[in-house]
Amino acid sequence: MIGKNSLFGPVDPAKEAGYEDHPPRKGFFTDTSICIGCKACEVACKEWNDVPDHGFDMLGSSYDNSHSLNADQWRHVAFIEQPRRTGDQEPGLRRPPVDLGMPTVAPNGNEVTLPDGTVGEKPDFRWLMSSDVCKHCTHAACLDVCPTGSLFRTEFGTVVVQDDICNGCGYCVPACPYGVIDRRKGDTDNGKAILNEGVAQKCTLCYDRLKADQKPACAQACPTESIQYGDVEELRERADRRVAQLHEAGIMDARLYGNDPNDGVGGTGAFFLLLDEPEVYGFPPDPVVTTKDLPHMFNRATAAALAMLAGAAISFLGRRG
Amino acid sequence: MAEAHPVGFQWVVEAKARGAKVIHVDPRFTRTSALADTFVPLRVGTDIVFLGGIINYVLQNELDFRDYVVHYTNAANIVSDDYRDTEDLDGLFSGFDPETRTYDPASWQFAGQERNGSDRQHHATQRETASALQHETHGMSLHADQPRDETLQHPNCVYQILKRHYARYTPETVAEACGVSQEAFLEVCEAWTKNSGRDRTTALVYSVGWTQHSVGVQYIRTGAILQLLLGNMGRPGGGIMALRGHASIQGSTDIPTLFNILPGYLPMPHAEQHTTLEEWVDSVRKPGAKGFWAKAGAYGINLLKAYWGDVATAENDFCFDYLPKITGDHGTYRTVLDMIDGKVKGYFLLGQNPAVGSAHGRAQRLGMANLDWLVVRDLFEIESATFWKNAPEIETGEIVPEECRTEVFLLPAASHVEKEGTFTQTQRMLQWREKALDPVGDCRSELWFFYHLGRMVRERLAGSTEERDRPLLDLAWDYPVHGEHDEPSAEAVLKEINGYDIATGRPLSTFNEMKDDGSTLGGCWIYTGVFKDGVNQAARRKPGKDQSWVAPEWGWAWPANRRMLYNRASADPEGRPWSERKAYVWWDEEAGEWTGHDVPDFEKTKPPSYRPPEGAEGVEGLSGDDPFIMQGDGKGALYVPQGLIDGPLPTHYEPVESPFRNPLYKQQGNPTRKQYDRADNRMNPSPPEEHSEVFPFIFTTSRLTEHHTAGGMSRYLEHLAELQPEMFVEVSPELAAERGLEHNGWCHVVTARAAVEGRVMVTDRLTPLRVEGRTVHQVWLPYHWGSGGMVAGDSANDLFGISLDPNVLIQESKVGTCDVLPGRRPRGAELTSLVAGYRHRAGVDTDVYPPIVTAGAGAVTDDEGNPTDNPSEADT
Repeated sequence: MIGKNSLFGPVDPAKEAGYEDHPPRKGFFTDTSICIGCKACEVACKEWNDVPDHGFDMLGSSYDNSHSLNADQWRHVAFIEQPRRTGDQEPGLRRPPVDLGMPTVAPNGNEVTLPDGTVGEKPDFRWLMSSDVCKHCTHAACLDVCPTGSLFRTEFGTVVVQDDICNGCGYCVPACPYGVIDRRKGDTDNGKAILNEGVAQKCTLCYDRLKADQKPACAQACPTESIQYGDVEELRERADRRVAQLHEAGIMDARLYGNDPNDGVGGTGAFFLLLDEPEVYGFPPDPVVTTKDLPHMFNRATAAALAMLAGAAISFLGRRG
Repeated sequence: MAEAHPVGFQWVVEAKARGAKVIHVDPRFTRTSALADTFVPLRVGTDIVFLGGIINYVLQNELDFRDYVVHYTNAANIVSDDYRDTEDLDGLFSGFDPETRTYDPASWQFAGQERNGSDRQHHATQRETASALQHETHGMSLHADQPRDETLQHPNCVYQILKRHYARYTPETVAEACGVSQEAFLEVCEAWTKNSGRDRTTALVYSVGWTQHSVGVQYIRTGAILQLLLGNMGRPGGGIMALRGHASIQGSTDIPTLFNILPGYLPMPHAEQHTTLEEWVDSVRKPGAKGFWAKAGAYGINLLKAYWGDVATAENDFCFDYLPKITGDHGTYRTVLDMIDGKVKGYFLLGQNPAVGSAHGRAQRLGMANLDWLVVRDLFEIESATFWKNAPEIETGEIVPEECRTEVFLLPAASHVEKEGTFTQTQRMLQWREKALDPVGDCRSELWFFYHLGRMVRERLAGSTEERDRPLLDLAWDYPVHGEHDEPSAEAVLKEINGYDIATGRPLSTFNEMKDDGSTLGGCWIYTGVFKDGVNQAARRKPGKDQSWVAPEWGWAWPANRRMLYNRASADPEGRPWSERKAYVWWDEEAGEWTGHDVPDFEKTKPPSYRPPEGAEGVEGLSGDDPFIMQGDGKGALYVPQGLIDGPLPTHYEPVESPFRNPLYKQQGNPTRKQYDRADNRMNPSPPEEHSEVFPFIFTTSRLTEHHTAGGMSRYLEHLAELQPEMFVEVSPELAAERGLEHNGWCHVVTARAAVEGRVMVTDRLTPLRVEGRTVHQVWLPYHWGSGGMVAGDSANDLFGISLDPNVLIQESKVGTCDVLPGRRPRGAELTSLVAGYRHRAGVDTDVYPPIVTAGAGAVTDDEGNPTDNPSEADT
């Protein structure tokens, strides 16, 4: 049954998927302000879900050697070094920043506008760390475009791939506004058989563990509770309180990402507290479900088809005249 | 802490959420700095200047917690008139003997006690046997009645000496020497002092890299002085916490894997000084001293009874003669050098990978390649088992696989989830581990290995009439075994460690029940109580939310389940909490006993007003306001007259390898350090020697979260190895520009010992510092890689030479000087000649070794404190 908000806007995804009596929606609140970049989440995820290694290359991207979320990386910790002065050291030793003529977010690199309109100073050198994961969108385009029904909405409101149904068509890959879902590549060098080769892969929010009333592996392993698991509704309230607490402590950069049910994907099941603009962490600033305009497009296409038929008919009529 | 102890760091995060301010002092910006409120970078090896500067700030501004300092520390004690400070003698204390480079500590004693403790070992012997600190752990040999001036005005009282000693450690000096701005330094001073006092306490947390310096013990001492001055010891939220490098490192000192101590910190007997049981016990007990070591005889005899059971009787001194005795330096580095020299034939390595993890990797590998046999027990085939076929020395021709004489026995070990037993963590808490899985294949626990090894050796020797075999044959070596592999019972071992009454088998509840007549036995007196009432107390798992905030029913902490040592100091001299907010243990006048949230670390019914009768000694000699009950005088030691080889007060000495002259004294490095001058252990030159500019940069090493120490538990696992797949070297953008290093390209780091290559990581997390008027670059390397595993790479520890702290013989492996060159290092003979070329240019390729004593003429004094001629050349 297609409802008004079935493809866009706030909705309860499990109910929308047809679960009459279902548990509260589950998700992650990842508080990046207390992430220490230990990567325990990456390791716990791989151990529990039998995800293979992703190669042994040093990327030179701070301490990130996992590259991105992909078929072999269902959790990914980003490391962002924001160079300013370190400590209170002699700033004269620094080379002056090169102006690339690009538009910047803040007019002055070291200033930030506070909610009350005053201008404060941004902190010194920062090393931001953030553990990324599938967002389990309220409106999940990957699921909408899946032709086999391999991707499905669980009773917990999460989105899961069924490995044995996926035919590897790959439609879901460009449909994801975050670039999360990915097909697993083979090991061409060794010709070794790889589990789920060619199949679309991503975080399942540990569906098997949820069914057994267990925390997902990453949240269980996180030492600082940067990754918090629970009912999305409760997590959203907790996140609001945390942002308020940080603002009170003068950390005005703190903001939430993905918590708003009115955003382009209807809010995400996995959302984040960030200390800078989403782009800094590699997140799209304003993601929109790629299937949002499907009804509109369908109407347009129908109208165009009708117009074309009408035109054709008219042209025939014209000839007679 | 976030980097190497991410799980423990959760509590810092929690404290932060509750308003705590976190300050991180480190040469480089790490994961910890990322979450700290304030990050202060400093030059490696200048910590005593930094902390000494804070001590000076406290003393100059009289910010010390005066009531605490007067009553609970030795600040009021008056020191001998003969004492001369480093301020007077250019970096040396009085009593220095330039021949042996050790001190006669007579002039360091408290007034009137200059010749006290005549049984003291000579410092030179103590340095060899790492036995000096026994005075510290066992309490100083001090008389109960010390001359004191509680107004702290006497010019020779400890407080005034401390004040003079640190007077030149000013914010300007800190900025000069450490490269820390005065603003950042003062911010730390203010934060620390404002958060200390009656209502507030500050914790000092360090990881054990802090100890790995030629002045390692004095680093910790500086922290201790500061925490005592500010009243942060023995109180909740205070203290000094040492984060250990592995699980149960605390346990491996309590029941030691060290050559100089026996279980429960009893000293290893010395062949010449402890010829009888009585001599040995008295060296611990120190007749006449105050404190709890008075019962050392019982502790020692119970240990001997645990070893030799029925054979140990009062008639044969409880088999004291069976104990192995030490004769000199048997430390790990001496042993490795002896292997190179062919003096050591066999070696056991258990869960240790010295080919990668110990300083001077080349010496480690060459030593192991010159043994008759080597036993390695580990989870994987680590480099210390494969050096004969894949060491870097194969390329240079120094090890030839076909000719390497060492027979290696690699035995697979069970992991921590495949065996039961205890871990003892940094709070001295024992936690019992259940076995989750049976080990696969031939993997076995350590307990299995040693029990059956002992059993088989004893079977081989059975019937021997040789006197030398008696200690082995008489051992009480009978533990119940179970399962198809005859696994010994770990609980039975824990029960023996706890101790029991021999006649009835009743487990002892406290070490006070230990008898010196042979009727009880116990393997480690401080662990007595862990099997109280026949219950494995270490296995308790009551959740924190179901008990008080001290959580006494989770695991078991020694001694006697006390969660905080010296907690008598959490109450004022009258026994009242210093403040409501910081109440922890206090005197209940009505009940006539000490009570509180924790088990009081004090005699339960000794009132605060108690004063010992004339001539009292041992426990009786402690006053009701002497909280530091293991110290010979019951006081916290701001000043240490006995027990430290390098001096009674921490003094800044430059690291053995430094590009800078000591800004405070002419004495450059620690004059008493242990050094092995050998052709295979060259040190880079430091001022005042010439050519230090050949190695212009400072390097330091530490860990990454992703790997575990020498990599034996991480480089062999795909899910960990992929997280940090290559050896790398962190440099600042400025150094990269200066040396032409390209981010993610290659570079190599060179010292007088080795050249090590890695990928370049150019990062703002490292910053050049301004020190003594010039810019200095610091380089950082992780030390996890070696030639084995899924991700191989050069080993950073190859860069270090061997020079040791004189007190405990720990190596200086956190600071050295180096050069950095772009590109990969050369291979084979070219590598050897590159390093040899550096040695030649640095002038360290001859048999002439630079003098260690660089203090000016007149710094060395005779017994009366008069200057004498210094045989070493004064510097210019």
